[in-house]
Amino acid sequence: MPGPIQSIQRAAEVLKLLAHGGAHQLSVGEISRALDLPKPTVHGILRTLHEVGFVEQPVEGGKYRLGAALFQIGTSYLDGNELRAKALNWSDSLAMRAREAVRIGVLHGKHVLVVHHVFRPDNSRQTLDTGALLPWHATALGKALVAFGEWPDGELRRFTRHTLDEAGLRLALDQALVRDWAYDLHELVEGEASVAAPIRDGRGAVVGAIGVSGPVERLCEAPDQPPRLELVSYVREAARSISRELGGLSW
Amino acid sequence: MSYIAAIDQGTTSSRCIVFDQSGGIVSVAQREHRQIFPKPGWVEHDASEIWTNVQSVVRDALAHASLSYTDIAAFGITNQRETTVVWDKATGEPVHNAIVWQDTRTDALIKSLGDQNRFRERSGLPLATYFSGPKLRWLLDNVSGLRERAERGEVLFGTMDTWLIWNLTGRHVTDVTNASRTMLMNLETLDWDPELVSAMDVPRSMLPEIRSSSEVYGNYEGVPVASALGDQQAALFGQTCFEAGEGKCTYGTGAFLLINTGDKPVQSANGLLTTVGYKIGDEPAAYALEGAVAVTGALVQWFRDKVGLISSAAEIETLARTVDDNGGAYFVPAFSGLFAPHWRSDARGVIAGLTGYISRGHLARAVLEASAWQTREVVDAMNADSGVDLTTLRVDGGMTANNLLMQFLSDVLDVPVVRPIVAETTCLGAAYAAGLAVGYWSSTDELKANWHKAAEWEPSMEPAARDKGYRKWKKAVERTVGWMDEDDD
Repeated sequence: MPGPIQSIQRAAEVLKLLAHGGAHQLSVGEISRALDLPKPTVHGILRTLHEVGFVEQPVEGGKYRLGAALFQIGTSYLDGNELRAKALNWSDSLAMRAREAVRIGVLHGKHVLVVHHVFRPDNSRQTLDTGALLPWHATALGKALVAFGEWPDGELRRFTRHTLDEAGLRLALDQALVRDWAYDLHELVEGEASVAAPIRDGRGAVVGAIGVSGPVERLCEAPDQPPRLELVSYVREAARSISRELGGLSW
Repeated sequence: MSYIAAIDQGTTSSRCIVFDQSGGIVSVAQREHRQIFPKPGWVEHDASEIWTNVQSVVRDALAHASLSYTDIAAFGITNQRETTVVWDKATGEPVHNAIVWQDTRTDALIKSLGDQNRFRERSGLPLATYFSGPKLRWLLDNVSGLRERAERGEVLFGTMDTWLIWNLTGRHVTDVTNASRTMLMNLETLDWDPELVSAMDVPRSMLPEIRSSSEVYGNYEGVPVASALGDQQAALFGQTCFEAGEGKCTYGTGAFLLINTGDKPVQSANGLLTTVGYKIGDEPAAYALEGAVAVTGALVQWFRDKVGLISSAAEIETLARTVDDNGGAYFVPAFSGLFAPHWRSDARGVIAGLTGYISRGHLARAVLEASAWQTREVVDAMNADSGVDLTTLRVDGGMTANNLLMQFLSDVLDVPVVRPIVAETTCLGAAYAAGLAVGYWSSTDELKANWHKAAEWEPSMEPAARDKGYRKWKKAVERTVGWMDEDDD
């Protein structure tokens, strides 16, 4: 069995040192002194870590801190059952206010895994679809998740004539990234629409999305218009409340 | 636009939830308090810590939604039941930690009081360590000088509703639902029963005035404090079970199945409690039959905190789903004896059916299944007492977020299990009762229109598997009883 790889060990030491510093940033010289390593070695390690996004240098030529990509790796796994438990109150409230069915999803390959489902509050017969998989590219939940994550591999199946192609999706994702919410209009099922917003954990990483879905007649002003802004605000408020819950005390 | 704020003083935490007129949640704040375990079987809370936490969560809940006291139409109170506190009338200082409902220190006292059914007809309750009266008696017997001070009128008794209302408004009152859990109230007169009070040997003067569940008791920060309901009765109210025959089961620390029996108390022949469901102002009281299970969610917490196989309560589902069944293991969590329908204080917990095959996933399954089987036992008792079989189970409480448990519950009961759209029915019930008292909501019909189904689980278990599982469960229960001996503390 080959021995440990020295450069990986050293990179790990650098990351641990930066993690200990918390919000405090460190210079090449400080790291070099703390780890007793030559400056050029430290510089090389930092440059590589910077390329993969594990460290950041807020000011060109300045000090270093841990990078966003590291947090993505550390927090991308949130137990779906945990998410449901924390989201229970807020998804109920959203269903009440929007008068529509609510789903919470997490990315699962090229699908959205439904981890929670609240019935539309009209006491009609509905079936619980917790555990179901939805195509990411034809749902608001999927777009809200992918806009803040990695583009999943795989074919973009057309479900209706409105299902977006790659170019259309890229535009939609850019828009979702800026607005912090996403929608779908006839893209999975003709006549249906959905709107969703990302849920973040305490460190700001997107760990899920919450959204409502229903017929375009109820969700939109007109069949070719995006969902009403009032609905959007309810969805975003629910997403924010759940995010606060995730960042707060663990019980 | 105004709101109703519900204060839920629970066993492990105090919460404040602000509701809007549709019954939707606007804001939540929560603080846990210390669980004090001085000896095996003893459980205490610091009532002063709880009062501090309640003030904090009220402030936090308003702040989260940028509200001030003028935005609140009324406060409602719901609370852990039976937990007993005595405090100095002049200083407001508790004379001892509050004795929590799970506490079994009154075991010997209960035995000395005689036959289990001695007070059943008057109070609706079997003699058990669970209720407040014996806890109060224990304090009077064991806190130095307390009985003398009580007789001089220097100290006051209350359950947590009374403690909070005293601190919020300065009045010494309790509501009929909390009073019905003391074993000191007469179910017919809804007042302290002279015979029960004298049998328990507690001074009448330290008991609070018994009021309805829905009326203005006083004001706090200019806002009417307008309801008090024991937590389970509040959940019954929040599920809008206003008609005889309607009921619900709430899953929290324990599980509590309550069925509204209308304006007459119904005596149980099958180990259920007769209790007051609620009383709205001057209207007649609604009574309920209750099946109380001591340990459900508490078992998951124990599995998390004392065994450490999971790091959060929700993870139990993840762990349980790593296996397809319980592997033959059954967990009977008789940590403080068995409540309904057995009422055996000499029982202690067992894990039965252990073999080398059992993994932690199987144990997680057994932990969850325990909640379902215990519910099955009280549902059977309820069906026998009422002569009518339950056709749907309305559920609420935090554990309803657990899909595996809800599906298994439907499987072992063989009826659909339905969760309403506000799972926080305990708080909602306190809010509803307070809102009715101040005219925020006009009638119980208006509240019923707010009830909507949020999820439904359908039974899908083979009858043979259900029967076998129940048989094994009953055998496991048999193995818990008679564990405690005379020389055990």
